[in-house]
Order: sequence, then C-alpha cells, then structure tokens
Amino acid sequence: MAKTQHVILFKRFERFWHWSQAALIITLLFSGFRIHGLYQLGIDFLTALRIHRVAAWSLVVLWVFAIFWHFTTGEWKQYVPTFDKIFLVARHYAWGMFRGESHPYHQTPARKHNPLQRLAYLWVKLMINPILWISGIYLLFFADWGTWPMWKQWGISLQTVAWAHTIGAYMMLMFFIVHVYLTTTGHTPLAHIKAMIRGYEDDAPHPSPAQGLPGAQPR
Amino acid sequence: MAFLLPLAPLPSTSHWRRAAACCAAAALFAAAHATPAPQSAVATVDLQPGYRVVPKIPNGTKTTADHSKFKELQGPFQSGAEVTAACLRCHTEAAAQIKGTIHWKWEQVEQDSKRIVGKSKVMNNFCVSVPSNEQFCTGCHVGYGDAKSAEFTAFSKRPDTDVDCLVCHDQSGKYKKAPYQSGNPPTSRIEMPPGSGKFIEPIDLAAIAQHVGAPSRANCGTCHFSGGGGDGVKHGDLDSSLIKPNKALDVHMDAQGLNFQCETCHVTGGHQVSGGHYKLDAKHLGGQYVRGSQHNIGSAASCQSCHGDTPHKGSLAQDLNMHTNTIACQTCHIPEFARGGVPTKMEWDYSKAGQRGPDGKPLVIKDEHGHPTYLGIKGQFKLGEDVVPDYTWFNGAVKWMNLGENVVPNEDGVIAINQYGGSPTDGKSRIWPVKTMKGTQPYDPEMHRLLAIHNAGFDDAAYWHTMDWQKSIAAGMKAAGLEWSGKYTFVKTTTTWPITHMVAPKDKALQCAQCHTEHGRLEKIDGVYIPGRSKDHQPWIETIGLGLAGLSLAGVIVHGGIRSMLWLRRRGKSDGQKH
Repeated sequence: MAKTQHVILFKRFERFWHWSQAALIITLLFSGFRIHGLYQLGIDFLTALRIHRVAAWSLVVLWVFAIFWHFTTGEWKQYVPTFDKIFLVARHYAWGMFRGESHPYHQTPARKHNPLQRLAYLWVKLMINPILWISGIYLLFFADWGTWPMWKQWGISLQTVAWAHTIGAYMMLMFFIVHVYLTTTGHTPLAHIKAMIRGYEDDAPHPSPAQGLPGAQPR
Repeated sequence: MAFLLPLAPLPSTSHWRRAAACCAAAALFAAAHATPAPQSAVATVDLQPGYRVVPKIPNGTKTTADHSKFKELQGPFQSGAEVTAACLRCHTEAAAQIKGTIHWKWEQVEQDSKRIVGKSKVMNNFCVSVPSNEQFCTGCHVGYGDAKSAEFTAFSKRPDTDVDCLVCHDQSGKYKKAPYQSGNPPTSRIEMPPGSGKFIEPIDLAAIAQHVGAPSRANCGTCHFSGGGGDGVKHGDLDSSLIKPNKALDVHMDAQGLNFQCETCHVTGGHQVSGGHYKLDAKHLGGQYVRGSQHNIGSAASCQSCHGDTPHKGSLAQDLNMHTNTIACQTCHIPEFARGGVPTKMEWDYSKAGQRGPDGKPLVIKDEHGHPTYLGIKGQFKLGEDVVPDYTWFNGAVKWMNLGENVVPNEDGVIAINQYGGSPTDGKSRIWPVKTMKGTQPYDPEMHRLLAIHNAGFDDAAYWHTMDWQKSIAAGMKAAGLEWSGKYTFVKTTTTWPITHMVAPKDKALQCAQCHTEHGRLEKIDGVYIPGRSKDHQPWIETIGLGLAGLSLAGVIVHGGIRSMLWLRRRGKSDGQKH
C-alpha cells in the first residue's frame, strides 16, 4: 500500500456547512421552480411553498453561523480574488485536463481555491446570493409589507422582485451544474467529493503530491 | 395552562377578575384530579368550551305581539289593499318607508354615477324590458296595481294601501301573488291562462295577516330566487335551495346551523335594506367594517362587516390574509355557484324562438331533469349547475345600459348591457367572481339600440301569446316611449352578475393550486403577479435562464465526454506500453 498523506483541507464545520447548504440549495431549486410554475409534477403548489420557506429560513440560520465562522477564522480570505496563474488554470480546463496533465495550481489549506474558483465563488457571493436574498426576503415578508406605499414610489412590485428572484435562481442553477461537474475532475472522479466528506484528499497516485482541483468545495 | 385559553375570550373581564377566574378554574381542575367526588362541580365549569356560540336567529315567533289576537286582523279581507290598511293602522310609517325604496320605485339614482338604475329603467337579457309587461312583472313588486285595467298606474301615483306588506312578512307560507294580476293575490277563482280551464284558487288573507313576522329567506326568495322568470334563473347564487340550505351549500344560512336570514347580512332599518347589486362594496378600505362601529355608516352587507379583512387563522393565516387586498372573499369561498340542485340560465337565445310543435302549440323541449331548454315563446336556453364563475377586477361600480340608449356591438359582435368598473391599478378593486349571462335579443340595426319587447300578456302583441316579433317590439317600444326604425335583428348581449351567496364551508374553498397553476381559475386576470402561472413570467428571463442552464449542462457533458474518451485512450496506450 502506498503511504497516504492526510492534508486536512476542510474542517468539520466547513464540511457540515457545505453539505447542508448543498441539500438546502437543491431543495430550494426544486421547490422554487415548482412555485414558479416551471414544472407542475410531483408536489403541489402549497407543499412546495412550505418547503421553500422552511428551507430558506434554515439557510438563513446556517449562514449566520457560516458568516461568523468565516470572519472568526479568517477563512474569508480564501475568496479574495487573484489573477495570478489564472491563464494557466484556464488552459488546464480547456486543454491540459484532456491530456491528463496535472493541475497547475498547488492547493494548500491556506489557499484552497484556484484563481478561477475564487472568481466563481466571489461571483456567487457578491452577485447571485445578494440577488436571491434581497428579493427572497422581500418575498418572505411580502404578506407584511407588500402593501406599503413606498414600493410603488420606487417602482418595485411583486412582479419585478419575483423576476429578480428568478434571475438569481437561474444563475444558481447554472453554478450548480458546473460546480457538480467540476467535482469529478480530481485525480479520480470521486476524489474531490470524498475530500469534501472526509476533509482530506488522498494523494494522487502519480507524482506531485497534494495537487488537484478541489472542485467540491464550499463557496 | 391549557385551561387559560378558553377563559381568555371572556369579554370585558378585568385582569384581576380573569386571574381570579383562572385560579378558581385551576382549583377546580386540581380538585377534580384529587378526588372523584366533586365531579359535578367540575361539570359546571366548561374547561373546553367550543368557539363562541352564535344563537340561532329568532324567526317570527319571538316577537312581543301575537298578530292572531289583533281584532283588526280578523278579516275577512277582500283584497290585499284591505290588509295593508289594517297594518297601517298600527305601523303608521311603514308604507311611506317602503315607497321610498327601490323595492317600490324600481328605480333609484346611483349616487356615484348619477345614473338612474332599477329594473324599470335598465335593459336586461332575460325578459328584456319591463314597460308594457307590468301586469306580469309586478308579480314581483311590493305593491298592488289595478288587476282589471290594462293601463299601468305609475308606482308613484299609488295610494299607501297599495303597498304589499304580506309578500315580505307572511310567515304562514300561504301567501302568493297571482300572475298577470298586477301584483294582487288571488281573492277569487282566476282562470289562468284565460280560457285554459286551469284555475288559481283564492287564498285566505285573514289567516295570513294573523301570521306575520320578520322576513325569512323564503319571503325574500319569493322574488329574489325567481328573478329572470323562474327559480334560479337570473343570479345563479340565489335560488330556492337557499330556503333550507345545508352547510355545504351556505355555511351561514345553514338551516341546521347558523341559520342566517337575509337581513342578518342585509341589515335593514325602517324598511331600508342594505346591499344591492347596482353598487357594491367591492373592496373595503381601512380594515374591519364591523356592524355598530362608528365609521360603518354604509352598513355594508359584506363579508368584512363581520370578518374584517384579515380573517384567516392557523399556519397559513398570513399567506391567506395577504390575498384579501386583491381578491374578494367570494372568489375563494364560493368555488362554484348554482350548487343547490337548481340550475341557472347561462344563455338565452331569443332569436331561436317561434317554433311550434306538431300540435300547433309553442314547442317545448326539456332536459333529463325536466328543465326546459327550448320554449317556442322564449327561445333556446343553456342551463348550468355547479358553475365555475368568471372572474373580473371589480371596484363596485356597475354601469347599466338604460332603455333607449344607443349602442353598437363590439368587435366580437356582443353588446355588454352592464359593465363592471375596476382595474388592477385603481386601488379600489378586487378580483370578484361573476356570472356572465349571455343573451341574444332584438336589436334595431338602423337606430342602433336594443329593443324593448312586449312579451307577457294575452293580447295580440304579446310575444308569449302570439309569437309575432314585429307587433311585440312595436308595443314594447311604444310603452317605453321610444322610437325605433321598424326593423329588427338579433344581437348577442351579456350581463354580469356578482356572485356573493352560497358561501361554502372553509374546507370547500379554493385550494392554492386552483389559481397558482397554468390555466388556473384566474388565467384571464391581468395586472397581478400570480406565482405558478407562466403568463406572469418574463419571457427573456426564462429563455436566457433556461438556455444558459441548458448550455452549461451540455457544456459539462461534452467536456466530460471528451475527458473520459481521452482518458480511456491514454489508458489503452499505457496498457499497450506495459505489454
């Protein structure tokens, strides 16, 4: 047996956060598009609405903890964007990966995300999530403040907010598809997923230890 | 602590008294568990009372006067007017009160539009028009005309004794007005129709006069259930099934339950009845509108009068309550109308009238339930039961076409006899359920007006008698004092009627998904975002969003496919190298 080296990339809370968030986002996507009327099968409108609401509030709670964790541990720095080596990484996904080249980015616990990842997650955090949450909170509380006159003055209606929420949802769906695919791009198709469960990645059987793309990572 | 809850709703109990009551209840509760003996004491304190019990409405029998003991009412009475004269000896103001109402005048000035409305002024697409047909139509007037003379005496010129007290106040159920008698009850044997050998027997007015009381549903229903010429014909939400409805038909009028009478909602004082379809409170502004509160000067006969505009309870309360801003209560709580087993007319095509059967009499065709679907004298009907309403934005204002108004059909060839005001943006409208009555009726193609017709009677011009349109229209227009070109054609018309009775129990109310879906109940409603129907989607968002998601999926599949293929090829090569 080859000697395995355990580099803890994902701490216990981080893994808990990632997977519960993943489950909630999947739930929100399914129930949300059902409410939206994109499909009519499986669950009825009211059930979808109730699920969506519970999942949304659960995600709020999870985020309170996650944000606290990020700031107290300094992990937020993982998302500071960089363009260093970005073309190398892009070249890898577009070309090198097909030829079996190893990943050009060296991953360490302090720098878990390659430059493309950082940009993608920053996009999620600064664009997709704010769209979803600002519009989502309006929708959650629409029963209470939907009739306030200021919305009309500002040109905000249920329709415009719902459309914004839909834009956010489609962006999240896109992110989700690509994200899930990229989890399979480790040195074995399941390597990244295992890492996100166990916290560490097996060494690549080939040279350059601790290289690879931690695609299945938190945002 | 559970027993605190039932005590909480006690009205006007001070905190101290409430606290004392709680202690007493707690003591009794504890005592009941300590020893079996004081169980009788416990039974006097209902720890789990039901929701506040609404007493049944006392009906007729609980007044302080027994009219059968009044010597004025011993009779005998030769006419309805004689009974009224007796009534007015004590109820001195009653006739004057009645004569100021639309029930008597059949017209009133609608205060917002300043237009004159009322059945003697507006067109309709059932029996079309009143003028020239009064002898028959006044069978539903709260008064007595001259049964013998063909001339119609204007309501305003009639004496007080011509007010019909009994039609609303009879509690014996025996009073009736005879047809074609200008609103008079039969006091002698009447052959009807003349020469038919069929007779209407006289009724004992004295016995009826001795059994009077506050109007019941059956009294109001005498006319309001039969509007349009028969049971359930006109409104769809008012028919004889409401005389003794069960809970499923109407949760408030349920004869075994709350047993609301009409005046429970249509609160009446001095013979002024609240509520009416010429002008409605379609949307309350300013919250609850409880009876007795100072701002409720309109005494609105509306759901909010009792329920307020945030009436829902339970886990969905907020979600449901936010609907009350845009959706009338009736929209969800009256899922269908004509639910009591009595069909309502949905279409009436007068242009098909005129056919005679093999016996030379006007043709009659009935459906399997015995309801006519074709009458030679009236034309073709389409009936409906358990009808899903149409829905429309409605602010309570209705514009009715009066007799003689010029009008041309719209692009669909239809004339809307009444039009409902309202829009999603006026702040006064809500989405209401309505019945849309479709008619086909005589129209003057040259003077562009709907034609009044003379249909009821036994003269040569009465359409129901001789089936001659030319004569019928000439007589109708003459009686209405209107000109016409002498030519007629038929035109499609609509009238819209509010649906507000036959309120179903809450478990029969509409479910979310009946509107929040594709092609749901409110599919035709514009101006409101209804989650779940694609009509409200922004097409660009959907196209680009789904397109990009699809491209992403395709992209990763292609990327993954190439990756796997090349990986397999590399593995094949390296295997080959090993060998």
